[in-house]
Amino acid sequence: MSSTLYVPRDAGALSLGAEDVARAIQHEAAIRGMELVVKRNGSRGLYWLEPLVEVDVDGKRYAYGPVTVQDVPELFDADFLNNGSHRLALGLTESIVHLRSQQRLTFERVGVIEPDSLDDYLAHGGYLGLRSALSLKPAEIVQAVTDSGLRGRGGAAFPTGIKWKTVLDTQAAQKYVTCNADEGDSGTFADRMLMEGDPFVLIEGMTIAALAVGATRGFIYLRVEYPHAHRALTKAIDIAYEQHYLGENILGSGHRFDLEVRLGAGAYICGEETSMLESLEGRRGEVRVRPPLPAVKGLFGQPTIVNNVISLASVPIILAKGADYYRGFGVGRSRGTLPIQLAGNLKRTGLVERAFGITLRELLYEYGGGSASGRPLRAVQIGGPLGAYVPASQFDTVVDYETLSGIGALLGHGGIVAFDDTVDMARMARYAMEFCANESCGKCTPCRIGSTRGVEVIDRILAGVDRAGNVQLLEELCETMAEGSLCGLGGMTPFPVRSALGHFRDDFMKPR
Amino acid sequence: MSDPIDVILDRYRAQPGPLLQVLHAIQAELGYIPEQAVPQIAAGLNLSRAEVHGVISFYHYFRRTPPGRYVVQVCRAEACQSMHSEQLIAHIRNRLQIDFHETTPDGAFSLEPVYCLGNCACSPAMMIDGELYGRVSPASFDAVVAARERKS
Repeated sequence: MSSTLYVPRDAGALSLGAEDVARAIQHEAAIRGMELVVKRNGSRGLYWLEPLVEVDVDGKRYAYGPVTVQDVPELFDADFLNNGSHRLALGLTESIVHLRSQQRLTFERVGVIEPDSLDDYLAHGGYLGLRSALSLKPAEIVQAVTDSGLRGRGGAAFPTGIKWKTVLDTQAAQKYVTCNADEGDSGTFADRMLMEGDPFVLIEGMTIAALAVGATRGFIYLRVEYPHAHRALTKAIDIAYEQHYLGENILGSGHRFDLEVRLGAGAYICGEETSMLESLEGRRGEVRVRPPLPAVKGLFGQPTIVNNVISLASVPIILAKGADYYRGFGVGRSRGTLPIQLAGNLKRTGLVERAFGITLRELLYEYGGGSASGRPLRAVQIGGPLGAYVPASQFDTVVDYETLSGIGALLGHGGIVAFDDTVDMARMARYAMEFCANESCGKCTPCRIGSTRGVEVIDRILAGVDRAGNVQLLEELCETMAEGSLCGLGGMTPFPVRSALGHFRDDFMKPR
Repeated sequence: MSDPIDVILDRYRAQPGPLLQVLHAIQAELGYIPEQAVPQIAAGLNLSRAEVHGVISFYHYFRRTPPGRYVVQVCRAEACQSMHSEQLIAHIRNRLQIDFHETTPDGAFSLEPVYCLGNCACSPAMMIDGELYGRVSPASFDAVVAARERKS
C-alpha cells in the first residue's frame, strides 16, 4: 500500500528548499523500495515551519517541519509515514495551535488541496458559490455581496457590493471584471499565497462577479514578480475552460465569461486602480483623474469592476454559505475575516486569517512570537509602504478599519512589518520618500517633485542642517503631498513620514 | 526565417491593448528590448515611436540592454530591511563587484533592485531568473552564486 504525503510548492516554501525536500523524499523512498504519492499543496502560511511536510495517515494529516534535505533519511527511520515520533513532529496539522485558533474562510482550502486539481477543489466545497449564483438574478447576487458587509481588501475598504451595483446599473454593450493582483506592498503575500494555493477560488469569484454585473470578459492583472502564481493561474484557467467553468456556456447556463492573465512590469503604481487600467490597455501606468469612476467608465472606457484578489476570492463563500454567515464574523463596520500577514522581524511570520477584532499585541506576540532577533519590538508598519508606523505604545490597538484610522494609521491590504529596536526611523522616513520618487507615475507635481524634495529635506535633517526649520518644511511638504496629489501614492507617502516624525522624533534629531 | 519580433507582433496584434504583452514576449525571447525594435513595434501596432518608448521607459522590468546570464533581483523593501537586507546588499555588491543596474564584466550576473517579491515572511529575499530564495544570508548567497558560476 502506498503512502500519501504533501510537500508545498508555494513560492515561499520553495524559497526555503521545498523542492529539494520533495526530491529527497522520493529518492529516499526509492532506495527503501517504498511506494509514495507526493502531492504538492499550497502553504498553510506557517512560514517558520516551512518546508512543512504532511503525511496522510488514515485520512488524517500529520505535520513535520521545518524539514531540510538532511532530515529526510532520519524521518524515514522514525517511520514518519505512519506518524512516527521525531523532533520535527508537530502532530495533527489542524491542531497546530497557531492554525487551530484561526478562522479560515477565504483561505479554507489553501495548503489543504492541490491547486491544480479541479476535483480536489470540488471535493472541498468549490464552485458551490457559482452554482448558487446561477440560480439568482444579477441584482440578488449584488445584494448578497452588499449584505455580507465585504469591503475591498486591497486597501481602500470600499464596500464591494456598492461598487458592483454601480457597474450593474450602468448600461453598456461590454462590461469587464478585472482583478488587481499587483500586490506590491511590502509585508503582504496573501494574494500570492491564494493564487498559488487555490487559484480556482479566484476564478470562481470573478465568474460570480461577471454574472452579477453582466460582464463577459475578465482580466487578472498580475505582477511580474509572481512567476509561480502566474503558472498556477494559467493552469487553473486552462482546466476551467476544458471543464466549462469558463468560456461561452458556463455550466450550460448560456452565460459567457472569458478570463485571461495579463502581466505587469514592475511598476508599483499599477496597483492603483486607474493606473492598472491604463497598463491593461497597454500604456504607461499613469493614474486617471476621477470621476468618472472605473465602475462607470473603466477598461477601454467601459463599466468595469476592479477588485483585489482577496475581495474576489471571498465572494464564493458568501454565495455558498450566505451573506449572514460571512457577516457573522467581525466587529462594527469591519465584517468578515481579514487575512493578516505577519512579516519582517518576527519569530513566527505568516498568514493569520481571523475575524476583525484582534489586537496588534495578540498578533505580534501570540501569533508572531515577538521579534526574530530577540530584541524588543519598536515599531510596526501596517498596510505597506504607504502605511503608518505604529509605536510599541500603541500595540493594544484593535486591527480594524475604523480603529486604525482613529490613531492615524490604516489597514491597507493587511500586511504588518515588524521592526526591532535597531531600526532608524528617520532612515525609514527617508526610504518612504525615496520609494515614492522611484515609483511616482509623474502625472501630478506634489508626488513627482514633492517626493524628491522630501528625500533632500530629510537628508538635510540627518546632516544636522537647520533641523527645526527643515522639520517644519518637511511637515509642510507632507501636507502639500497629502492634500494635492492625484492618487494614494503621493497622497499617502506622508503616512509613514509623519508617523515616524510624530512617534520617533529623537531619531531625526540625534547627532550622526 | 521570419523575424522573431514580427512573429510576436502577429501573435498579439489582434488583442486589445497588446503593447505590454508584445514587450514581455520580446524580452522573454531576446532578454531585452533592443532600441532598433522600437520603430518596428510602433509600425506593427499602429502606435507612435514615442508611445512605445514611453511605455518601455515607464516600467522598471523592461530592459534596454542585454542582461547577464543570470539576473539577480534583490528585495529592497521594508520587510527585508527589517531583517537587515542592507547588510546583505552591501555583501552582494562586494561579492559581485557591481552596483544595481550593472552587469559583471564577464557577463555572468546582472544585479537589479526589486521592491517586494511577496516573500516577506522569509526575509531577506531575492530571485534569480524566477527562482525565489528566502532568509538569504551572505553565506547562502555565496553558495547560490558559486553553484551558478560552476554551471556557466
